[in-house]
Amino acid sequence: MGMTMTQKILAAHAGLESVTAGQLINAKLDLVLGNDITTPVAVNEFKKAGFDGVFDKDHIAIVLDHFVPNKDIKAAEQSKQCREFACEHCISHFYDVGKMGIEHALLPEQGVVTAGDCIIGADSHTCTYGAVGAFSTGVGSTDMAAGMATGMAWFKVPSAIKFELSGKLPKNCSGKDLILTIIGMIGVDGALYKSMEFTGEGVKTLSMDDRLCICNMAIEAGAKNGIFPVDEVTEKYLEGRAERKGRKFEADKDADYEQVIGIDLSKLVPIVSCPHLPENTKPAKELGNIKIDQVVIGSCTNGRLEDMEAAYNTLKGKKVADGVRVIIIPATMQIYKECIRRGYAEAFVDAGAVISTPTCGPCLGGYMGILAKGERCIATTNRNFVGRMGHVESEVYLASPYTAAASALTGYITEPSL
Amino acid sequence: MNAQGKVFKYPDNVDTDVIIPARYLNTSNAEELALHAMEDIDTGFVKKVEAGDIMVAGYNFGCGSSREHAPLVIKTNKVGCVIAKSFARIFYRNAINIGLPILECPEAAEKIDAGDEVSVNFDTGVIKDITKGLEFKAQPFPDFIQNIINKGGLLASLKK
Repeated sequence: MGMTMTQKILAAHAGLESVTAGQLINAKLDLVLGNDITTPVAVNEFKKAGFDGVFDKDHIAIVLDHFVPNKDIKAAEQSKQCREFACEHCISHFYDVGKMGIEHALLPEQGVVTAGDCIIGADSHTCTYGAVGAFSTGVGSTDMAAGMATGMAWFKVPSAIKFELSGKLPKNCSGKDLILTIIGMIGVDGALYKSMEFTGEGVKTLSMDDRLCICNMAIEAGAKNGIFPVDEVTEKYLEGRAERKGRKFEADKDADYEQVIGIDLSKLVPIVSCPHLPENTKPAKELGNIKIDQVVIGSCTNGRLEDMEAAYNTLKGKKVADGVRVIIIPATMQIYKECIRRGYAEAFVDAGAVISTPTCGPCLGGYMGILAKGERCIATTNRNFVGRMGHVESEVYLASPYTAAASALTGYITEPSL
Repeated sequence: MNAQGKVFKYPDNVDTDVIIPARYLNTSNAEELALHAMEDIDTGFVKKVEAGDIMVAGYNFGCGSSREHAPLVIKTNKVGCVIAKSFARIFYRNAINIGLPILECPEAAEKIDAGDEVSVNFDTGVIKDITKGLEFKAQPFPDFIQNIINKGGLLASLKK
């Protein structure tokens, strides 16, 4: 029996000829990641366990992104703890305010992750890097501590669901509409413990920003990882960017999949996930009577340049609806600068939106856009759980940047017409 | 090893944002975090829970964020065991890594009700609902994972 793409990467990193679903392996890691919320717990565990040093200072990334620029004194103390650990162990990929970005937008952009990598991160959206053909999965802080010390992690080899994509997305849809459609189809535990492997002719029509968004939300279907094949789009993206030479792995022709799901991209419509689970999906056009108080365009899911471009194309020369607060958060400093250079920033302000420095902020109800009781937000973020963006009686609707920006102009959930 | 206590019952898809809301994650102090456990889904949980009590839930318990703070606040509130129909994978891993006992048993999770007195034997995987006089058998852990649990968590298991 052949192996899936994920299984091939895992086998190579475990030093094995082949692996099968369910097998427990120890694999060598190319990168161990943490942020300002998960790293302090990992540092405490690392010290408690009495490790002398890290396995490789160049293969650990610590990104301060959840609560920076620091939202309060306690957050500042946590950032300080991360900073001191990074300094003590000479961590080369340490990103503080001024250099930082939202981790899952920043690390691909900076070429810290590459094709064929085996990566763990103490952040559930670490599955994002499957977009560049890596095996990458979220873990907790103790796994991060062990990974930093040993450069190894244990895994149960996952089985996989194959998504055979065909056609091309309509103009008013993006990768977000595809992943929300899939989560609506299979449910929030539809891929529990499994890989989501995206293949088919439709793949080549998806940009890297779309692929990053799609893999980012694999965890929202319970998946261990999401992964795209390495093709021309990947190679072009990694060229001149990746700091390490990547390795191209391909699924075997006779690989075993638990399920194969075919999706014609041209048939998709703008989709919104209604409260309080990402699987509660409905076409945007059916939700026109839902009035909104806030719009958030940003996050590790949709804070990339194409997302900013979608917001710009919708908002330029127009005004956001009265009574709607629009918060736009470019995910990295490079994207932030590009928004200024291209005139997006000015257009956003003219439209009545605000622009924040990169932060996870409102996505997880940290700061920078918290909702009051009874308020409603349409957001390009990834979770709409109870209380996720603020009060337990507030509501979050998940959508693409096109849909979020179109809704900002009307004050109601609106299907974008591009 | 055993646990016995009264049951707190929860539905499917209990996410880590309701187990410990992110607005409190500006600290990694377990005692401080534990004061807010479950507050968005079960107000007053921390006042009602007693050492050894048992959480019983539906499918996909602990979905969402990778925050280890989630199993940590449950453990710090001295919950004896979490029984669920299934666990989200990162929560499952984190619970094992930090030594919070968890058991997957769909039948027990279906039939046990809130307030029941339940005992769990971790060596045999036998779950007893003393109130109802019912007995269930949880799926055993693979040896590899049992070894991590026996040694007291991942970091302890790495020590030679």
